[in-house]
Amino acid sequence: MQKWNEIEVEEAKKLNEIKYDFVTNVKPAYQVQKGLSRSVVEEMSKEKKEPDWMRNIRLKALEIFLSKPVPTWGPDLSELNFDDLTYYIKPEDRKANNWDEVPKEIKDTFDKLGVPEMEKKYLAGSVAQLQSEGVYSRLKKQWEDKGVVFMDMDSALQRYPDIVREHFGRVVPPSDNKFAALNTAVWSGGSFLYIPSGVQLDLPVQAYFRMNGALEGQFERTLIIAEPGASVHYIEGCTAPTYSQYSLHAAIVEVYVKKAAKVRYTSVQNWSDNIINGPTKRSWIEERGRMEWVQGSLGSKITMTYPSSILRGEYASTSNLNVALAVGPVWKDNGAKVIHAAPNTSSKVVAKSISGKGGMSVYRGQLRISPGAYNSKASVQCDALILDDISKSNTYPHNEILEESASFSHEASVGKISEDQVDYLMSRGIREEDARSLIVLGFLDDVLKEIPLEYSIEFNKLVKLEMSKYGAVG
Amino acid sequence: MVANVLSIKDLHVSVGEKEILKGVTITVRSGEIHALMGPNGTGKSTLAHTVVGSLRYKVKSGELLINDINLKDLQVYERARAGLFVAFQEPVSVQGLRFINYLRTAYSSLHPDEKMEYKKFIEEVKELLNYFGLDNSFIDRGLNEGLSGGEKKRMEALQMLILKPKFIILDEIDSGLDIDALRVVSKAIAKAKENGAGIIIITHYQRILDYIKPDFVHVLINGRIAESGNGDLAKLIEERGYEYYRGGEIDAKVE
Repeated sequence: MQKWNEIEVEEAKKLNEIKYDFVTNVKPAYQVQKGLSRSVVEEMSKEKKEPDWMRNIRLKALEIFLSKPVPTWGPDLSELNFDDLTYYIKPEDRKANNWDEVPKEIKDTFDKLGVPEMEKKYLAGSVAQLQSEGVYSRLKKQWEDKGVVFMDMDSALQRYPDIVREHFGRVVPPSDNKFAALNTAVWSGGSFLYIPSGVQLDLPVQAYFRMNGALEGQFERTLIIAEPGASVHYIEGCTAPTYSQYSLHAAIVEVYVKKAAKVRYTSVQNWSDNIINGPTKRSWIEERGRMEWVQGSLGSKITMTYPSSILRGEYASTSNLNVALAVGPVWKDNGAKVIHAAPNTSSKVVAKSISGKGGMSVYRGQLRISPGAYNSKASVQCDALILDDISKSNTYPHNEILEESASFSHEASVGKISEDQVDYLMSRGIREEDARSLIVLGFLDDVLKEIPLEYSIEFNKLVKLEMSKYGAVG
Repeated sequence: MVANVLSIKDLHVSVGEKEILKGVTITVRSGEIHALMGPNGTGKSTLAHTVVGSLRYKVKSGELLINDINLKDLQVYERARAGLFVAFQEPVSVQGLRFINYLRTAYSSLHPDEKMEYKKFIEEVKELLNYFGLDNSFIDRGLNEGLSGGEKKRMEALQMLILKPKFIILDEIDSGLDIDALRVVSKAIAKAKENGAGIIIITHYQRILDYIKPDFVHVLINGRIAESGNGDLAKLIEERGYEYYRGGEIDAKVE
């Protein structure tokens, strides 16, 4: 007889295999030759019919990219050979704003991923990207009428070149890091979200990024501008099929939170375990603005992501909640960066990680309270749960508290599942692996409850699936 | 009422090298309440841990049965599924594991054939919380997280009722309870008895037995049952004190 939790694990297996691990059979409408060079960048820019200033930004960034070494302070990136990758693959010429106009094979892909369904149920708008280009975008009319703009980034560059030019690369300059330089050189797709003053979206908008091939690069670029008093919840979903060879995902996300505006950015990545993921995400927060980063990191082979908040105006605040699952031969290098650059600013960082089956999870954080940021408050909490003796967790907090009137707290814990807890749950009829997954989910709960329900249900199932692989140990 | 039997027969149990239980026999039938009394360090809790299946407690010989199911062959969770519920002296807490999620998982693990209606289940839990004088916020709290000793005991008693076990072992459920809590927990035990459960109350003190009258009382001294009798024995023990048994060990009288 099957118990309901066994059924759930079965469902989770199917979810992973059928829902995410499949390849879309599309013949690209256009793609550049593999490898990276000036001519590839120029060709992309020409194909996209971009203005000269953007082409120049790309070419300058390429030089910066070539001059920077591959970072060696974190996970092993030696597998990464930039000549192997294909930097631009355009699956389809047309960009649709109605799912019926999306070619069948591509629509089927997003149907399987549940994207149109989510849009119908609870989104104000939706952007879907396959490989290098957005294939679909739609914003509900009521929001369009209020002046909200939500579309893929390439279209935004054509239609709102001035706004893009004013904001592009200001929060994350190409010189920030090697992946940021690479993205700026070969960026394609991503989303553009503009919310006019005082407009508050009561439903989230979502961008879904789907990779499709091996040795493929996805370099989307996201720009969010929340004008004074605006508010929005932006959700990002990411998946890819599994290959034996790697693929590279290196996005840039720039968020402007203007006076008293509020942005929540929820990211749920469930990349397949051949993906190397190195996005740069950063926000600029003005007076009384609030930025919330919520991140659930399930998949990928290597992830390096440290969403940053620059608290630039008085009473600006930010929170950064992060859950990372490092189970299997994976390295999760997650963290947060907060700069308090104005008085009375506040920040809260909570990072939780699970390491198992040889996985490595790292918390790498930077927190700075600048001189003159009077009465600012900051707290950092990082908790790691290690499931077995072959897995690891490290914490590298870097705190610079340069203002005396500021208050700061840092808490860190590393632990294992207590056998007393497992025994207790088992004594109430719960099987060992289910007991372990309940304990793990409990450990993650204060972050998981911030993730939208549709995603947190999946997160729950996938944690149970990972834990079921442990079987009964005792 | 279905008559079930929990048989503990000549049970010898060691922890490490040390033999703690040296031949304990107790037979509990549906609807019976047994009190297992004795001074500290005499093996009362060892019995609870052994029956539940904790790995640290090694059964050297003897039998452990629910009807004809041999508990010794079963893992901890399988023993619970066979109908056993043990309320621990110090229930552990699990951070972030919401009580209702835990309880629902436990219930559907124990009663896989029952179609559980989630809403109805929650209503039932709320009713019971109210019964035990706990407010509804306990539903979403982390399991035993931040609870006082008395609250934990009441939550254990609540689970004892909702999970519908065939046999219940309460390991010092009365310790740390004030009079009001003791009263309501005793009422809950009476309820479980009415529902047909067979119950062993492990206790140091006779106090709880003022509120709930056992059908049988056993005195455990140095790993052996020193005396067994009906409910009146508890009073006698109180008068005599455990010292009475220390003089010479009395042969185990099996009910």
